[in-house]
Amino acid sequence: MDNNMFRRLTALFCTILLLAASGSAAFADSFEFDRDNLPYTDDWDAYSYDEEYYSQLAGQGASINFYNWGEYISDGSDDLVDVIAEFEALTDIKVYYTNFATNEELYAKLKSGAASYDVIVPSDYMVARMIKEEMLAPLDYSNIPNVRYMNPAFMDPNYDPGSVYSLPYAWNTVGIIYNTSMVDEEPDSWSVLWDEQYAGQILMFNNSRDAFGVTLKYLGYSLNTEDPAQMREAAELLKEQKPLVQAYVMDQIFDKMENNEAAIATYYSGDALLIDNDNIAIAIPKEGTNKFVDACCIPAVAKNKLGAEMFINFLNEPPIAAQNTEYVGYGTANLAAYCLLDEEVRNDPILYPPQEILDNSEMYINLSDEANLMLDQLWTEVKASNKNILTWGILPVMTIAAIVIGKRQYRKNREKRHKYMIED
Amino acid sequence: MTKKQNSFTSNLYIFIVMAFMYLPILVMIIYSFNDSKSRGAWAGFTTKWYADLLQNESILTALWNTLIVAVISSVVATLLGTAAAVGIQAMKKRNRELIMNFTYLPVMSPEIVMGVSLMLLFVMFGVDFSLFTVIVAHITFNVPYVILSVLPKLRQMDKYLFEAAMDLGCTPLQAFMKVMLPEIMPGIISGFLIAFTFSLDDFNISYFVSGERAQTLPVLIYSMTRKRVSPEINALSAIIFVVVLTVLIITNLNDVRKEKQLQKGGRRG
Repeated sequence: MDNNMFRRLTALFCTILLLAASGSAAFADSFEFDRDNLPYTDDWDAYSYDEEYYSQLAGQGASINFYNWGEYISDGSDDLVDVIAEFEALTDIKVYYTNFATNEELYAKLKSGAASYDVIVPSDYMVARMIKEEMLAPLDYSNIPNVRYMNPAFMDPNYDPGSVYSLPYAWNTVGIIYNTSMVDEEPDSWSVLWDEQYAGQILMFNNSRDAFGVTLKYLGYSLNTEDPAQMREAAELLKEQKPLVQAYVMDQIFDKMENNEAAIATYYSGDALLIDNDNIAIAIPKEGTNKFVDACCIPAVAKNKLGAEMFINFLNEPPIAAQNTEYVGYGTANLAAYCLLDEEVRNDPILYPPQEILDNSEMYINLSDEANLMLDQLWTEVKASNKNILTWGILPVMTIAAIVIGKRQYRKNREKRHKYMIED
Repeated sequence: MTKKQNSFTSNLYIFIVMAFMYLPILVMIIYSFNDSKSRGAWAGFTTKWYADLLQNESILTALWNTLIVAVISSVVATLLGTAAAVGIQAMKKRNRELIMNFTYLPVMSPEIVMGVSLMLLFVMFGVDFSLFTVIVAHITFNVPYVILSVLPKLRQMDKYLFEAAMDLGCTPLQAFMKVMLPEIMPGIISGFLIAFTFSLDDFNISYFVSGERAQTLPVLIYSMTRKRVSPEINALSAIIFVVVLTVLIITNLNDVRKEKQLQKGGRRG
């Protein structure tokens, strides 16, 4: 076999290997490693910063603008590291830190040209949308050496093929949160949300995508379906559920569940772990669920790309990532950081669910405009169906108020007339 | 007997109104000492949120930004608004009505319209968003409030006072400073306070015009809603409430003392 031939064969072989790897490295295979045989050390002191790398921009008055979810980075409370302060001290780069509350808000702010950020943290489907609209700059991995610590299962996700534009920051799933004193057996299916036994004790998502996502999963469809018939079926099911629902809420579920005001709720499981009530438990249904990833990206308009890449690299220093994930309460995609966590956390079935459940779960992808529009319309239909207490409660209240006011006015007028009569 | 009954119902009414206004604040202050992130369940007394607050750089920066914006924008708006009011008062009726309609426009239109249009304006002229744009925006929406609170005072004022002062040898500036200003001072002060409070708690407009480096406190609090609003915010709000309350009590006590002195002086004379 001559040399040339050998080279070609090797190339072919490599290509096949790569293809196979990229096929299997989809998100569904997350945590495909032996949990008892960790690939990295659990020694926190094994890591140190590469001072030379981090001092590249020192003394130049460099700065980066970091736009993140609210309360989504360790800030030095609870004896955890203050990530931004540590980064500033290490690199002499000033970090301007501001927050957003929804992906759509982030999108609007970036799209309007009203602000130029260097690092942003959109969720999966928003990453895909931003890539499509050419709003992101490709990451230069030669400036992000810590990419080597990432869990391969999270690289090359369907929202960003090849991980060209994004590096996962945190990931989590949607779960059923229930109060063990009110729910007898552990729910293992979304069907519990339609169980008449819990009428008036169910809290449901107050946003269309998550509410439909849960319903579509229950029906056994993909939560990214664009089939009008399936979407309509889900809407009908949601309408059916409506009389059982106590309220459509988002972060109010914390208070309601804490105070035993409701038995069952749907929310992001990592956040639900923070609920301060011993009776609260979380279950991830067998039908599978939505798993979501928030990923670090650099906008195409970023002014300090190197600084941004250094920051993303710093976020993936294993000890930093490990403390940050503890603060945020979601799972980490940084394998070396995962290995530093306590065994109890590592084996938490809610934070790091078993493989079977993950295999059934899906991430959101960016729906087409038509599907988005239909989703919004169906959601409006669901929310508007049925009479709720406000619409038919307001009429009697207003009638009573009108009668009271009218009567007083009448009496006053009569008194006045009376007075005039006397004066006359 | 009816009188007694009446005073009982009116007291009850006042009590209900007060409770309606202050109970939420009281609850917030109590929960700022709650040893848990919960807004519902009481888990014991702690001052840790106050300690955390002093450590939390993003909240403190946001607070600092908010105060800078509020002070600068309300001072500038008060100067501009007062000057505008004096000018408007001196106008002919038709012009005055025209200008007054323009003044009402920003007050009547929804804040979100102001916010979006200011954002578009800044983008169009290529102004970089920063604390500066927030201050400019706040001045813009504050000026009408100052005008609206100064104008009535000007209308109440005897317009011949100003002329009399000039007759007696004042320059126009002196006449303005010594005669007109003291007359309309209460209007200016209330205009300033309105502007200051509006600026302090504005969300809609700040949200659209704040850039990538500076966010005000309301914008920060809003961004906490995916997780949950941190109890440090309760602690901060409690501190702000107590500070405002103390300032109010001190000024009121001062007023009472002055009045008493005046009465005493009057009797002696």
